[in-house]
Amino acid sequence: MKKHAITLTVNGEERDLIVPSNRTLLDALRDDLGYTDTKYGCGTGECGACTILVDGMTTINGCLTLAATMNGKSITTAAGLARNGHLHPVQEAFIENDAIQCGFCTPGMVLKTISLLDENPRPTEAEIRHGLEGNICRCTGYTKIVEAVQDASRRITGSNVSAIGE
Amino acid sequence: MTENTPPINGDIHRDIRHDSAHKHVAGSADYIDDIPEKRDLLHVCLGQSSRAHARMKSLDLDDVRAAPGVVMVLTADDIPGRNDVSPFAGDDPLFAKDIVQFHGQSIFAVAAISRDQARRAAKLAKIDYEDYPAILTIDDAMAAKSYIEAPQCVKQGDSVAALKKAPIRRRGCFRVGGQDHFYLEGQIAMAEPKEDGDVHVWSSTQNPTEVQHLVAKVLNIPDNGVTVEVRRMGGGFGGKETHPSLFAAAAALVARKTGRTAKCRVDRDDDMIMTGKRHDFRIDYDVGFDSEGRILGLDLKLASRCGYSVDLSPAINDRAMFHSDNCYFLEHVTINSYRCRTNTVSNTAFRGFGGPQGMIAIERIMDVIAHGLSKDPLDVRMINLYGKTDRNITPYGMRIEDNIAPELIAELAETADYKNRRKEITAFNQANKYLTKALSLTPVKFGISFTALHLNQAGALIHIYSDGSVHLNHGGTEMGQGLFIKVAQVVANELQIDIDRIKISATTTDKVPNSSPTAASSGSDLNGMAALAAARTLKDRLTAFAENHYDCPSDQIIFRNNHIYLGDQKISFNQLVHQAYLGRISLSSTGFYKTPKIHYDRKTHKGRPFFYFSYGAAIAEVIIDLLTGENKILRVDILHDVGKSLNPAIDRGQIEGGFIQGAGWLTTEELVFDDKGVLRSHAPSTYKIPTSADRPAQMTINLWNGVNKEDTIHKSKAVGEPPLMLAIAVHSALTLAVANANSNKAEELSALNAPATAEEILSKLI
Repeated sequence: MKKHAITLTVNGEERDLIVPSNRTLLDALRDDLGYTDTKYGCGTGECGACTILVDGMTTINGCLTLAATMNGKSITTAAGLARNGHLHPVQEAFIENDAIQCGFCTPGMVLKTISLLDENPRPTEAEIRHGLEGNICRCTGYTKIVEAVQDASRRITGSNVSAIGE
Repeated sequence: MTENTPPINGDIHRDIRHDSAHKHVAGSADYIDDIPEKRDLLHVCLGQSSRAHARMKSLDLDDVRAAPGVVMVLTADDIPGRNDVSPFAGDDPLFAKDIVQFHGQSIFAVAAISRDQARRAAKLAKIDYEDYPAILTIDDAMAAKSYIEAPQCVKQGDSVAALKKAPIRRRGCFRVGGQDHFYLEGQIAMAEPKEDGDVHVWSSTQNPTEVQHLVAKVLNIPDNGVTVEVRRMGGGFGGKETHPSLFAAAAALVARKTGRTAKCRVDRDDDMIMTGKRHDFRIDYDVGFDSEGRILGLDLKLASRCGYSVDLSPAINDRAMFHSDNCYFLEHVTINSYRCRTNTVSNTAFRGFGGPQGMIAIERIMDVIAHGLSKDPLDVRMINLYGKTDRNITPYGMRIEDNIAPELIAELAETADYKNRRKEITAFNQANKYLTKALSLTPVKFGISFTALHLNQAGALIHIYSDGSVHLNHGGTEMGQGLFIKVAQVVANELQIDIDRIKISATTTDKVPNSSPTAASSGSDLNGMAALAAARTLKDRLTAFAENHYDCPSDQIIFRNNHIYLGDQKISFNQLVHQAYLGRISLSSTGFYKTPKIHYDRKTHKGRPFFYFSYGAAIAEVIIDLLTGENKILRVDILHDVGKSLNPAIDRGQIEGGFIQGAGWLTTEELVFDDKGVLRSHAPSTYKIPTSADRPAQMTINLWNGVNKEDTIHKSKAVGEPPLMLAIAVHSALTLAVANANSNKAEELSALNAPATAEEILSKLI
């Protein structure tokens, strides 16, 4: 199979690697580069555990993206969100709202939330629920996740957003 | 002096964050697939049966062996020990030999340099099958009397006579589907060969001890040659109670045969095809009642699909029988339970463990009775509740001593405005032609303890190092439910030290042996008590040392907020520990616990199988579209009993998660097997578990203000499984909505099956 020399910038670090055409970005990140915070959940783009940020605020499923198509792209995983030892406000909100149980969906959920809030900094409860529907969590009932996203929105915008049920 | 001391950080009965929360958001919490791989690691993939029931006339693996990257291929003939990975019955082969018994059964393992190569090679097997007749459904198995064990019966009073005398009688049948666990982290194991033929296995398992014992049997080495370790799982829900042994044994066998570390990370579709699920049930009832709706007699028939082997099906179906009463007194009742053997994957533990299927049976009966009498179903439920001092014997002969259902239901109905909302819904339904709403309140009473007596035990191990830091270990496993933080809170409270001084460590069979699975909601109850016992031993030793060393009577020695008060003196915990070390005091202890009071005779199905009951109730309001069958949960109100909670934040998480998982089981999660026994819904594209968009827009969860009557860990109650059954309110409400829509055309309540998908609802609208 044809191989491709590509360069990815992962969490600010430039990485060169050679990948066959069919290598997914998820496998390249996990197996070739060791970014194991991006999770394998279903391999078919349905569960969102492999969500990553590309070139800023766009999310993609690592399991559906071929690594060879990502040459020159900048990728952010959950491990790359902290700045100067401080977590991203979305990460802090997930911790403080107990929006985590087994944690396997959490990296993807956090990244999806960052993208959602970038597009829509003050989402309604319904917009949050629909915005996150590509990211499955099997442990929580999403209540605390929605509350965490509302809290993160307040942290980022410094304003109040509607509470659950309103 | 000590009264005004502030509490320690991480005390019991407080909202304490999950211990790994920070690591989870930062992506630094390692699961098994995240452990750095050895350079020569091999990837293992299992070759599967493509038939439901057949004899393998020939098994040609030459192409598998010749495939690129393949290092080794193993079949049943390569197993040095026992070809079995079953929990006790001896009927789950690691590799099928001669006969295959379900589509997806493991036949061989291939080990290759890469995961991709292993998976591609596994598809190259040439197997010539001679098909045998396959029993696939409950109905087929019932007709053929194909069971995994003899039918069981629980009986109280004389249901035959009571039914004959009853003024009103209803018979009916409905079906309840199974459920895939869909833990986000799929099945995975990694095995590393060690000296002397030993093996170290990292397994995503709720049951490290069972994996250890089965791997040892497969390898034909003693248990002490196998160590099984798990720091955390990405979800379990019962799906990692027995099934991890299959993948762990395959990895261990490859490791042993090749001398290289071997990892078996199972593809999601393979995981769904190869591992068992919640049992689907057929439920038949014959109920007699009076004009008030009081049940006079009940004959209940529960038939479940167990799959090809025994697995845990006997205990699961026993629990279904034990929860067919739910909160209701059944004076004259016969429950017959049929455990059907079919040529499908072996169904297994899933949160609730048969309880949900038993409970939904009696809740359907309540709705049927209410419908027939045109009564509010809540009134029928109330009139049938267990009494406090009489009418309080369960069908299995246990006296209920902790019944809080009447008060709990009344409080929920009051705070959630049940009566008024029912009226509003009636008005809404009269005004709307194509939309119908309904409201239902259903309670939960769930028995806590393993029904297998011997499993109700636990061990813990605590070290205090000479700098005063503490290492905590116990036999329980962490799958996201917050067990580790709860047990750490117990130890922090007992030693009166901040929780961040306590190192939480991976579950491993070389620290605490012979552990029970983390299952049956028992994790905190059992391991919390075992850790408490270990901490008490250490505290007693430190107290005895201090009494002598500081010349202070023991009744004046008080541990409080990282310090020890000795009469007028105050020293730090660290100081005392260091002095005790110099004084040659042992600072390491085990702790052990076994649940008291429980006993049970399986021959007669009588006894006290449960230490206590956890209670709860939910009100669900739903809406259905009469043209399409589409439906939505509009609002949910929950009041749930966790005793005196060790950690209310963690418990709330269990309640909301359990409810939504239960709602998925009963509404959207549909397992479809075709007529060849092939699972057609084996990926999230076709098997629909709830997403955030499915969450009710309004969901209120309150904790019941009470304590456990029994002497459990700081008076708390188990919380893992019971909330799942709160979701029966959703199915009940959907059933009532369909009845509303059909009210002018049908006398009887329609037999809405579960899952109540849009298609199922539409098919019941007339």
